Amino acid sequence: MGSQTLFEKIWNQHVVREEPDGTTLLYIDRHLIHEVTSPQAFEGLRLAGRQPRRPQAALAVPDHNVPTTDRTQGIADPMSALQISTLEHNCTEFGITYYGMEDVRQGIVHIIGPEQGFTLPGMTIVCGDSHTSTHGAFGALAFGVGTSEVEHVLATQCLVQKRPKTMEIRVEGNLPDYCSSKDVILAIIGRIGIGGGIGYVVEYTGSVIRSFSMESRMTLCNMSIEAGARAGLVSPDESTVAYVKGRPLSPQGDLFERAKQDWLKLRTDPGAQFDQVVELRGEDISPQVTWGTNPGMVTDVNGHIPDPAVMDDDKLRAATERALEYMGLPAGIPICDIQIDRVFIGSCTNSRIEDLRMAAKYVRGKHVAASVKAMVVPGSGLIKLQAEEEGLDRVFREAGFEWREPGCSMCLAMNADVLTPGERCASTSNRNFEGRQGKGGRTHLVSPAMAAAAAVEGHFVDIRNWDV
Amino acid sequence: MQAFTTVTGTVAPLNRGDVDTDQIIPKQYLKTIHRTGLKEGLFADWRSRPDGSPDPDFFSNQPRYQDAPILLTGENFGCGSSREHAPWALLDYGIRCILAPSFADIFYNNCFQNGILPVVLTLPEIQTLFDRTASHDRYQVTIDLAQQVVVLPEGERYAFTVDPFRKDCMIKGLDGIGLTLQHETAISVYESRRVQEAPWLFQDLSSRTSA
Repeated sequence: MGSQTLFEKIWNQHVVREEPDGTTLLYIDRHLIHEVTSPQAFEGLRLAGRQPRRPQAALAVPDHNVPTTDRTQGIADPMSALQISTLEHNCTEFGITYYGMEDVRQGIVHIIGPEQGFTLPGMTIVCGDSHTSTHGAFGALAFGVGTSEVEHVLATQCLVQKRPKTMEIRVEGNLPDYCSSKDVILAIIGRIGIGGGIGYVVEYTGSVIRSFSMESRMTLCNMSIEAGARAGLVSPDESTVAYVKGRPLSPQGDLFERAKQDWLKLRTDPGAQFDQVVELRGEDISPQVTWGTNPGMVTDVNGHIPDPAVMDDDKLRAATERALEYMGLPAGIPICDIQIDRVFIGSCTNSRIEDLRMAAKYVRGKHVAASVKAMVVPGSGLIKLQAEEEGLDRVFREAGFEWREPGCSMCLAMNADVLTPGERCASTSNRNFEGRQGKGGRTHLVSPAMAAAAAVEGHFVDIRNWDV
Repeated sequence: MQAFTTVTGTVAPLNRGDVDTDQIIPKQYLKTIHRTGLKEGLFADWRSRPDGSPDPDFFSNQPRYQDAPILLTGENFGCGSSREHAPWALLDYGIRCILAPSFADIFYNNCFQNGILPVVLTLPEIQTLFDRTASHDRYQVTIDLAQQVVVLPEGERYAFTVDPFRKDCMIKGLDGIGLTLQHETAISVYESRRVQEAPWLFQDLSSRTSA
């Protein structure tokens, strides 16, 4: 067997059969489903007269289209309403567990999987959504697929896959306490580029990664896709076990103890080789802010907008000019001079209880600037409840934030939460592509602390010097 | 899925790198519950000027590219969201083959599910193709999947790699699910073994998921 990486161990455990050219039929343990990428998959099953092989292995929830305002009034957009009711009907017809909008367990699909104990270490997990990489925080091989592959998994519980390459991203040293895993992953993407991970499964290692809570690891793994990676992984440890224990769908009693023994063996062996290794130091990382139109166009909070005029590379210069034109930003200005109109604290990247606590810490006793409209969208009904028990909702409301219902919301603006053209938003989400949060909308990706501080000051703030 | 053997036709150029799937098909078009009819959403934001009128320079607005089955573009094509609506929209427009220096992984996989052939060529080859499309009204090439080659009218032959298994499925237009179900026994054998090794992966959760 030899020394194996964590990825190889999980992959090898899930091979059903392999073709001579290495094409593998890989077993998929768990399948998360939402309303946008599933209708055509269920329709395909129906047309072919097929049933899901293991309905129990799936869990469905509406998240992309749901309103974050009062849902008892229904959904105004008829297409959104149809897409959600289609998911509900499909789940009833095919016997798949569905947590609807009226269920407190509803939330963003990548929030609720771990929250419910549906996501477990060592599993292969898929969803018709690129941020499925989130679940890699548990030492699960988790990746996004398209609708045809959603149908394939429903019908066969397998996927045909080619074995990816492996990359280790090691972060050693000490991360300053005003930085979070959001800053770490943005710094990584800034380093390797949005195509740097193409063809690779990344394992995150090192003392900084090991020190992260499970929620922090989820933020990190969530944005692996933004570096182009197939998936991200953090090997399980006692933090992982403690997080999973006692959740509604986690194994219980003796079964849990037995699973735990297996999970703690899931780590890269000493001497195992990765195809590529990237190293960063925690102390070199400062709060990050994206300035452009992809997550790789990022810099330190105390940095400046780049100047295309001094770039030798024609392609880089053209891409930068285009990005700055779209973002309405002059070259060379300090990041902290950028004024913002909106703040969005939410998304599968940063809407968990620790994110809300961090943001609340930065706004407690302060108020959102008069020029800013800010909102907080908790990742699930349970997170919203817990936040309310901790009084965080009061902190946000008193500071002038809107306190909303759970859903993907303004991360991709499929519901009513949309930027108007030219509006500039400090967002804790994962993508700043042109039009992502609304046509003509200008997105800057930041951590919850940075978003909160920006809400108060009306522009980006170097939180290293800020009085919390 | 329509089989793909050879395609000969006009090459439509989109000379940008890192084209993400939010641009290929913006989110408002994801509300459909169907696979077809997405042509209207293809590059919806890029093909219009700020005032909403069609940008005559954008490839999909040019009469000469209306029947182009081949898209030529830059690195990391299809990055971002996994939405298969992106290849569906391209297919609805008529694209059967995409030539690029690199593709995002999920988009690359999604192409094969829909009979669109994503072809990775070298940067110099891609640059040559951009130069040729710029200097011709309609530049036509042939993509031969069996030979794994892109043939230019001037005689160059650009070889490309593709997984043998995927190539076979594309050439024959095979249904992926049907193929996998031919191995149903192997899947059952796997499940029987795994339920002993890791029973927590096969638990009946129904009693614990009710509200």
